[in-house]
Amino acid sequence: MTSLPSSSIRDLRQLGRPKSVALRKLRERVIVGTLALAATFTILVTTTIIVVLARETIGFFEFPDVSLGEFFGSTQWNPLLGSEKHFGVWPLIAGTLLVTVIAASFALPVGLISAVYLSEYASPRVRAAIKPALEILAGIPTVVYGFFALTLITPLLQKISPAFGSYNAMSAGLATGIMILPIVCSLSEDALRAVPRSLRDGAFALGGTRFDVSVKVVVPAALSGIVAAFLLAITRAIGETMIVALAAGGIAQITANPAEQVQTMTAYMVQIFLGDAPATGVEYKSSYAVAAMLFVMTFGLTMVGQWVLHRFREEYD
Amino acid sequence: MNTLSLIASLTLLATSSGVHARTQDAAPLKGAIKIDGSSTVYPITEAVAEEFNKSEKKVRVTVGISGTGGGFKRFCAGEVDIADASRPIKKAEAEAAAKSGVEFVELPIAYDGLTIVVHPKNTWCSSLTLADVKKIYSASGTAKLWKDINPTWPAVAIKVYSPGTDSGTFDYFKEVTVGKDGAIRSDISVSEDDNVLVRGVAGDENSIGFFGCAYYFENKEQLKAVGIDNGKGVIMPTVDTIENGSYTPFSRPLFIYINKASAARPEVEAFVAFYLAHATELVNEVGYVKLPAAIYAKVANNWKLRRIGTQFTTAAGDAVTTPLAQAYE
Amino acid sequence: MSTPRSASQRVLSNRVFLWLCLCAINIAVVVLAVLLISIVWQGWGTLSWQFLGNFASRKPSEAGIAASLWGSVWVCTICGVVALPLGIGTAVFLEEFAKKSRFTRIVQTNIMNLAGVPSIVYGILGLTAFARMFGVLGTNADDALSWGDSESLWYVRLPFGSSVLAGGLTLMLVILPVVIISTQEALRSVPGSLRAGAMALGATRWQTVWGITLPAAIPGIMTGAILSMSRAIGESAPLLVLGGILLVFNTPQNLMSDFAILPLQIYNWAGRPQPAFHEIAASAIMVQLVVLLAFNGVAVLIRQKLQKPLQ
Repeated sequence: MTSLPSSSIRDLRQLGRPKSVALRKLRERVIVGTLALAATFTILVTTTIIVVLARETIGFFEFPDVSLGEFFGSTQWNPLLGSEKHFGVWPLIAGTLLVTVIAASFALPVGLISAVYLSEYASPRVRAAIKPALEILAGIPTVVYGFFALTLITPLLQKISPAFGSYNAMSAGLATGIMILPIVCSLSEDALRAVPRSLRDGAFALGGTRFDVSVKVVVPAALSGIVAAFLLAITRAIGETMIVALAAGGIAQITANPAEQVQTMTAYMVQIFLGDAPATGVEYKSSYAVAAMLFVMTFGLTMVGQWVLHRFREEYD
Repeated sequence: MNTLSLIASLTLLATSSGVHARTQDAAPLKGAIKIDGSSTVYPITEAVAEEFNKSEKKVRVTVGISGTGGGFKRFCAGEVDIADASRPIKKAEAEAAAKSGVEFVELPIAYDGLTIVVHPKNTWCSSLTLADVKKIYSASGTAKLWKDINPTWPAVAIKVYSPGTDSGTFDYFKEVTVGKDGAIRSDISVSEDDNVLVRGVAGDENSIGFFGCAYYFENKEQLKAVGIDNGKGVIMPTVDTIENGSYTPFSRPLFIYINKASAARPEVEAFVAFYLAHATELVNEVGYVKLPAAIYAKVANNWKLRRIGTQFTTAAGDAVTTPLAQAYE
Repeated sequence: MSTPRSASQRVLSNRVFLWLCLCAINIAVVVLAVLLISIVWQGWGTLSWQFLGNFASRKPSEAGIAASLWGSVWVCTICGVVALPLGIGTAVFLEEFAKKSRFTRIVQTNIMNLAGVPSIVYGILGLTAFARMFGVLGTNADDALSWGDSESLWYVRLPFGSSVLAGGLTLMLVILPVVIISTQEALRSVPGSLRAGAMALGATRWQTVWGITLPAAIPGIMTGAILSMSRAIGESAPLLVLGGILLVFNTPQNLMSDFAILPLQIYNWAGRPQPAFHEIAASAIMVQLVVLLAFNGVAVLIRQKLQKPLQ
């Protein structure tokens, strides 16, 4: 061994780069540890969100003219105007729900039926043409939908009926619906395509039409995935900010009239954060309470979606 | 006039000569200037910043729109160098500034006529008395329908728009209509951004709103201004009525406030000098009304002397409500 | 079960449903078409090289997007540089190393939840954690800690304030869950036999991941990364909370610079009442969409070119 030239020793070393098993194990440990740290970061993010929102929300409820009872009991939200301030969150929730309901009643049926068409009816060529279009729709920034709502949807609505003002829930709701349409469609389609071929073959063999097979066999089989897709889309609609900030208006009121202005939770937050940035005052803190409310709502919906996916998943393998 | 600030400004006079010499320098200016505040004043500052930037490309000017109140909060904490304001600084704000060691120079730069507007298709309403305005905007106001003001007007709901509560425009409007202790009704649409209000009124036949006259002059074909009857006949907001003060009570001055410590920096010094030098032309261009030449001279002198404090608070701390021409005699 | 129906009835319902399907799918296509056409219609006339090179202006004819375009580039670069390694690392850990334990289950559920958090909430987090650093280091006014000359590229200050660095990190929070989830899917699609083979030859877990699994999953990871970045480019709500709308006349100079971004410039112009500003808003949207289409195009290309040999 001693007679080996030094150059070949170097070669040998390079060949088996980790010189010893111990060193190799150490390197492995360091790498895995770093990766685990990265994974822990996501936990840290959630914890920080919760701590920040909780701290500021508690600060909000410590103000003398604010109480939990009023926050959930009052139907008046006027933190900025009027002879006395009221902090009842319901008008903001109602505004959010109105926009979401309009968006959902457009996007859910259209999205699901489109998904059924793409998965069960469409030829590969049609699919190849439509899928990219949906992907583009999915990637368009939401501020563009807001622009679309302001410059096209609202003027159109005003032509149909003079009842629609410059800002209204309908326009924002429709734009939000267009925004969530590709989410509904592509996630539902994924769920439909995951249903095994054999189920369809069986149903066709029993004499079902394509309609019978798609609607009575494939859709029920994919139901958990479809519901999860719906919930995700609704979560997106609830949290949507730019469209409502541009098109929905600024009056926090409980109304079911889509021609009226509404203020959503996100739009209120924008109003406060654009208005004055330094962190003092009850109005400012109220935006954190609203943010906490929004976080709890979307968190809840996501959890329900996860639960539906796991609980009701049909396994065919 | 506050004796303390006079002494302060005199001492400043002695020290400021060195700062002035800097403007002769040939080397391009550097550094950053942060401005925030009123969206009413924004069009003027936007124009000045844009023009200033053409000659001083290396200076990083940023302009925000947080409303007068929002801007003052940041200004008094020392976060920004210049605050745009559509009302004089309040006592509480000046105290906050003093607490964090911020001294400031107050410079009026233009007149604004706060303009009440309706939709162009609104044929019935072409003038309102102050009492009418109060009926529409006050929390205790009774006018929910146009008919409630005048029985011959249509029985449709008035859709009301207002600038946000952080804005000086809101404060000013509130004070002259419903008074200090009154309140504006809560079922109205508010926004810190005057553009939102313009869009709102322009798109709704039954609406009413108010904002600085520049936003009206800029969008004249989409809006209709309402004359104000303050007991001496109906006065429309025009350049003349605003300048000669007959458009009362809605004619008012606009200000910029400069942090004295920031003013020692050459780029801020140059920016404010540019602001004052080009105020007359740019103010008119963006749709406000320039101040009389005598007041501009006075203002320029105040800036030169770095006269600290506001002319709108007495030594005892009470608000002074005299017109600008008197306050700046 | 429903009662048996006649054949003609069933054929009819089949027809009606097909017709319904075609309607639905056409709505999606028509909406996209109307959206694009109306934007090009409004924005084509004012789009020019000058528009890309000019700064904002009170006159629509002289206004441009130089500041916001470069602001977006800075912010998204910072976002990508932090989010991609962090996200891919997390995904690799979860898929290749972590044993199925309580901890990994919590992490996994948590990531799904983070993906559903509205982006404006991340704006609040960014404002508190990055811009203000929980207030423990004083306010921006004090410049509690700073290194370097404020004019130089390497100037750093704590807390970050509403700077490009804070903006990039805030966007990183928004896209991190998306990066993790798409990377996980890419890793899952790598056949287990490849891993088993490498391990059988005596490779360690890390060697297997680095030498075999990651290269095999690269197309999927890249596609996910590109789509996440295109999300970041269009995201504006968190940055609205972080810094508000600013008029800026310079491109960023260092990590501590104030900035504007393209979507917020669009938001600003879209909200103005004058039609001339809508035209330049549409022009800015066209620029934004071109960038987006380029990203999507690259993703599609990667999918087509690189994915084939794997299967």
